[in-house]
Amino acid sequence: MERHFDEELADLKKDLLDMGYLVERAIGNSVEALRTLNSQKAQKVIIEDKVIDECELHIDERSLDLLALRQPMAVDLRFIAMTMKITTDLERMADLAVDIAQRVLELQGAPLLKPLVDIPKLAVLAQDMVRGALDAFVKGDVNLAKKLILRDTEADALRNAVQSELINDYIVKDSSTTSRAVPLLLIARHLERICDHATNIAEDVIYMVEAKVVKHHPEKLKHNT
Amino acid sequence: MDEAIKMKAENVNFFYGKTQALKDVSLDIHAHSVTAIIGPSGCGKSTFIRLLNRMNDLIPHAQLIGRVYLDCQDVFSHAADPVELRRRVGMVFQKPNPFPKSIFENIAYGLHVNNIKDKDFVETRVIESLKKAALWEEVRHRLHESALKLSGGQQQRLCIARCLAVSPEVILFDEPCASLDPISTAKIEELILELKKEYTIVIVTHNMQQAARVADYTAFFLLGELIEFNKTQELFTAPKDKRTEAYITGRFG
Repeated sequence: MERHFDEELADLKKDLLDMGYLVERAIGNSVEALRTLNSQKAQKVIIEDKVIDECELHIDERSLDLLALRQPMAVDLRFIAMTMKITTDLERMADLAVDIAQRVLELQGAPLLKPLVDIPKLAVLAQDMVRGALDAFVKGDVNLAKKLILRDTEADALRNAVQSELINDYIVKDSSTTSRAVPLLLIARHLERICDHATNIAEDVIYMVEAKVVKHHPEKLKHNT
Repeated sequence: MDEAIKMKAENVNFFYGKTQALKDVSLDIHAHSVTAIIGPSGCGKSTFIRLLNRMNDLIPHAQLIGRVYLDCQDVFSHAADPVELRRRVGMVFQKPNPFPKSIFENIAYGLHVNNIKDKDFVETRVIESLKKAALWEEVRHRLHESALKLSGGQQQRLCIARCLAVSPEVILFDEPCASLDPISTAKIEELILELKKEYTIVIVTHNMQQAARVADYTAFFLLGELIEFNKTQELFTAPKDKRTEAYITGRFG
């Protein structure tokens, strides 16, 4: 039976995807700003964040309306509840893109400390994970979601590599490099956090589809992957 | 039988003539909890609840195969007394059905039928029952007025009080709020949550939100079959059967 409610749910999903697209673009732009040390691009990321904040408010409001007016059950309830959680993660990702953009602005006026090697890898991973999380959400693809969750350790490893290199090879050896090393340290941290939020979304997708809680229970992922 | 299981249906099949209304239903009713039975019209939920206190006994050409237990005793065995069973397993119906008597007489009726004559005892029990049914404050000054003067919601609570007066162990509610407004409905639901501390409750309801609000366990029936039985919060957030999901999300048909 076709329900009017299905149209409302489809609209909500579309709004969430629109927001996802904007967040993906913000992260892409922040990474691009970093790669080219382009302050204009960085500024653009900061300014455009307002639109994403508005999206979050709008989606939360629609979700609450549907909870109150439709009193959804089962898969519908899980979809709306997870939508509200996913908007929070998306909004935080956009904030992290802003953080990266601000670090790019801080790096202006002095040459880069070193050619970037692991940070670009981490940036590619973060973008992959964000795209993958949104894909898993759209398709309700549990297997894709599980694969993403397992990739989170790659992000941690890259972040640790960046951190130990910057600290041991630069800051410890020559403290005058600190002001140029710290923004890079932070950028690695921001990118790794973006991966964490993508992981959260993947976990929410699994709950939405299968009603199984895998959050904080990594052992549950090992079955049926 | 597990001590926490108050009633148990075991492979119950029920026929109205050639029509099979229940198909191999097995279900445990947990003591001091609320079990809701949901499902579309004609799914067998009323047939099922009526079996629990043998209300279907007198239907012509009706046939039961299977067993129903109350505290491990087969309620359909030859030794079982249906009158005693109905005292222990009371029922509240969809439409309030007070007798055309005073409020007091309505509650005292079951005691008189059971030959209890001690006036003080009867009076104490009437007051106690009205209090438990959350009706006492509203009727204490007019106990001898006709019960038919009460509002629909009050009449339904009167029927609950009447049921409580004979000290049942299980109370069956067959769509008790179907003819009540939301405020009276809320009062009955509050009452059910209060009563489960002392009694075991089974409720048939068309209102899924009601099942979600009051029940600890929910059973979903479809075409005479028990499709899914689970803790209420699990059945409504993560049903295991596609048919349950289709029904509770309104995608049915």
